[in-house]
Amino acid sequence: MRVMAQMAMVMNLDKCIGCHTCSVTCKQAWTNRSGVEYVWFNNVETRPGLGYPRTYEDQERWRGGWTVNRRGRLKLKGGGRLRKLLTIFSNPKLPSIDDYYEPWTYDYDTLTSAPLQEHTPVARPRSLISGEPTKITWSANWDDNLGGAPDHGHRDPMLKGIEDKVRFEFEQTFMFYLPRICEHCLNPSCAASCPSGAIYKRSEDGIVLVDQDRCRGWRMCVSGCPYKKVYFNHRTGKAEKCTFCFPRVEVGLPTVCAETCVGRLRYIGLVLYDADRVLEAASTPDDTDLYEAQRRVFLDPNDPEVVRAAERAGIPRDWIEAAQRSPVHALITTFKVALPLHPEYRTMPMVWYIPPLSPVVDVVRDTGHDAEDHGNLFAAIEALRIPVEYLARLFTAGDVEPVNAVLRRLAAMRAYMRDINLGREPREEVAMRVGMTGEQVYDMYRLLALAKYDERYVIPPAHAEQAHGLEELATECSLDYEGGPGMGGSGPFGENSGGASPIAVENFRMLRDRQTTDTIAAPLDKDNRVNLLNWDGKGRPDGLFPPREHPGGGDPAGEVEPKP
Amino acid sequence: MSALDILLWVAVPYISLAVFVVGHIWRYRYDKFGWTTRSSQLYENRLLRLGSPLFHFGILLVAIGHIGGLLVPKSWTEAVGISDTAYHVVAVVLGVLAGACTLFGAAILVYRRRTVGPVFSATTRNDKLMYVLLVGAIVLGLGTTVLGNLTADPHDYRETVSPWFRSILILRPEPALMAAAPLGFQLHVLVAFALFAFWPFSRLVHVFSMPLGYLTRPYVVYRSRDEQLGSRPTRRGWERVP
Repeated sequence: MRVMAQMAMVMNLDKCIGCHTCSVTCKQAWTNRSGVEYVWFNNVETRPGLGYPRTYEDQERWRGGWTVNRRGRLKLKGGGRLRKLLTIFSNPKLPSIDDYYEPWTYDYDTLTSAPLQEHTPVARPRSLISGEPTKITWSANWDDNLGGAPDHGHRDPMLKGIEDKVRFEFEQTFMFYLPRICEHCLNPSCAASCPSGAIYKRSEDGIVLVDQDRCRGWRMCVSGCPYKKVYFNHRTGKAEKCTFCFPRVEVGLPTVCAETCVGRLRYIGLVLYDADRVLEAASTPDDTDLYEAQRRVFLDPNDPEVVRAAERAGIPRDWIEAAQRSPVHALITTFKVALPLHPEYRTMPMVWYIPPLSPVVDVVRDTGHDAEDHGNLFAAIEALRIPVEYLARLFTAGDVEPVNAVLRRLAAMRAYMRDINLGREPREEVAMRVGMTGEQVYDMYRLLALAKYDERYVIPPAHAEQAHGLEELATECSLDYEGGPGMGGSGPFGENSGGASPIAVENFRMLRDRQTTDTIAAPLDKDNRVNLLNWDGKGRPDGLFPPREHPGGGDPAGEVEPKP
Repeated sequence: MSALDILLWVAVPYISLAVFVVGHIWRYRYDKFGWTTRSSQLYENRLLRLGSPLFHFGILLVAIGHIGGLLVPKSWTEAVGISDTAYHVVAVVLGVLAGACTLFGAAILVYRRRTVGPVFSATTRNDKLMYVLLVGAIVLGLGTTVLGNLTADPHDYRETVSPWFRSILILRPEPALMAAAPLGFQLHVLVAFALFAFWPFSRLVHVFSMPLGYLTRPYVVYRSRDEQLGSRPTRRGWERVP
């Protein structure tokens, strides 16, 4: 037994209202730079839907993840090492920018600088890739709330075989939101695909990261990841991916997406697992057994044997205690309501989901029945084959039994808690019908409905004694580091060359460059512009105002006719 | 032996090689983050799929050919019984084939760079200079090989260029050998040395990242967290105790 700790997340999909706050705050924190305009470390998909990038789940096309060969051995679906090296000059399975979308901005300048004219000037969209005027045809959540689903909803790879049964008509279909981040897999195929060995799994907390100094831009990770959560920064020529907000997690703060989640649907905590059994579990012959196999890899942090082994493996005591209090462990193993996303990719993903009961509840309520009654709900779960089958394709490789079991537990919780809320005697038999005790159901309710910040996010800090020096606690100037806040602009080999700057400062610089630029894609005159944030208000430094033009030699200081 | 000969066939090669070696060390230490292929595949794939493998596999063959031709003395191949004619035929046929692949691939890639908007706007001045030098060296080399062999008595570079190159490497330069080579070879060599001197400052550094270690390393890499937590270096006296 080789105990390792993994930082993991569970999302309760019933609570997701599809507001995209997680996506926006993540983008603002991590990918608001040029070269990663199209990159969404966190995105929220409407399901059924195409996903981002479009149809990424079709692994017959993209060849991501792992597969077992005829001899029962695990191998990369996109081909082994030799094949990767032979196709290194032109990656055959790389999604093009069209599979994501062409990022754009608007020509806002026309709004203020257009000449006097009859019609109001408009800001036309311009491609951030080519700088040319463009027509916006797709984006990261273009099919939000089933928008356009009658036209292209059937191309959802998860609907293969049941396309004709899912009707994309108003009030006749079901839908739910699926927020996605990097899965920080136990068996990451992106890392396995990286020729340079730049992608690594941190041995302390299992977070999968790209070493920006070692990445050489071979792009094999983008193809290797079946969730398409590694992106290529086309400006720096390096791969970038969700970092699980490691600078925050290291000081005990939840990720930005979790922190800002309006529905409070995300849970973060540690899971202890046996690293020696990962390969064996990932090689399970039958796809539908993978969910169980992965759960068997996890260790019970309350087992004294496991605690001893964890201590031997150098896991600090406070981490073991955090693993015991972990909401993720509770939802996956104790209450058994969380399921992995696409276990059939065999990467052993570590962001799990509580499937939504709402498609079922909605139907029961809309047909005039009591949607809080466990009998009605149980019957509906049995009867509503299509939503359940669809959920099973996402979370259990198509096996409806585990999804049924989870939905029945959620339904039983609804019924059990209603009795309590109405002041009736709670019915133990409702809990027993899903193999739980009333007390367990109440605990699960507490965790799902009431859990406060410190119960949802049980994150042991890496080293509390250093916390004051870490950037997120702003007790000191965050630009106060050797070399200063990188005032030099870009290096001699193009954008972003030179030594790495601290993450927060790098963001600050890039945000500043971006906000002070006049051109669409790249600032041409950033060296001679003034950053108003740093201006002390004295004098009029060069570049504070745009250069003046003096048509006809008129008085440069005189009034000009106001623009309409 | 004129001063020009010494400048061209002793000074220039040594300066170029020194810049090549020291430049790479400096670049690697200073700019690991900028050390990348800077792939443009995301923008355009149709032309790249054809041009890039043609060029890269071609130039790998060319490189192997150059290593063989420049570093293996004539006496060695004769000693193992390879006749001059046989060597020459094989070298010319393979060389022209590889060179043609490379040039054709490079032509596709340059065409792509110029005509595909996003790729063109991602091309830096540095890239353009690199393209001039690289394609210049390829054209001169292939041209010399093809034109030289159209004449009745092709020049045997293994009597001039190769021993001169080896003399440079063993630090006993013999510029007279190179001065005696035909103009085509001389130009090819000069452009090549210009390319070498520019190499460490261009995107060509990615050649030295050829990921051969991938064949032997375990699939999943584990690494311990950095000593440094968060994004700032540890204060002196506040380092972590192991």
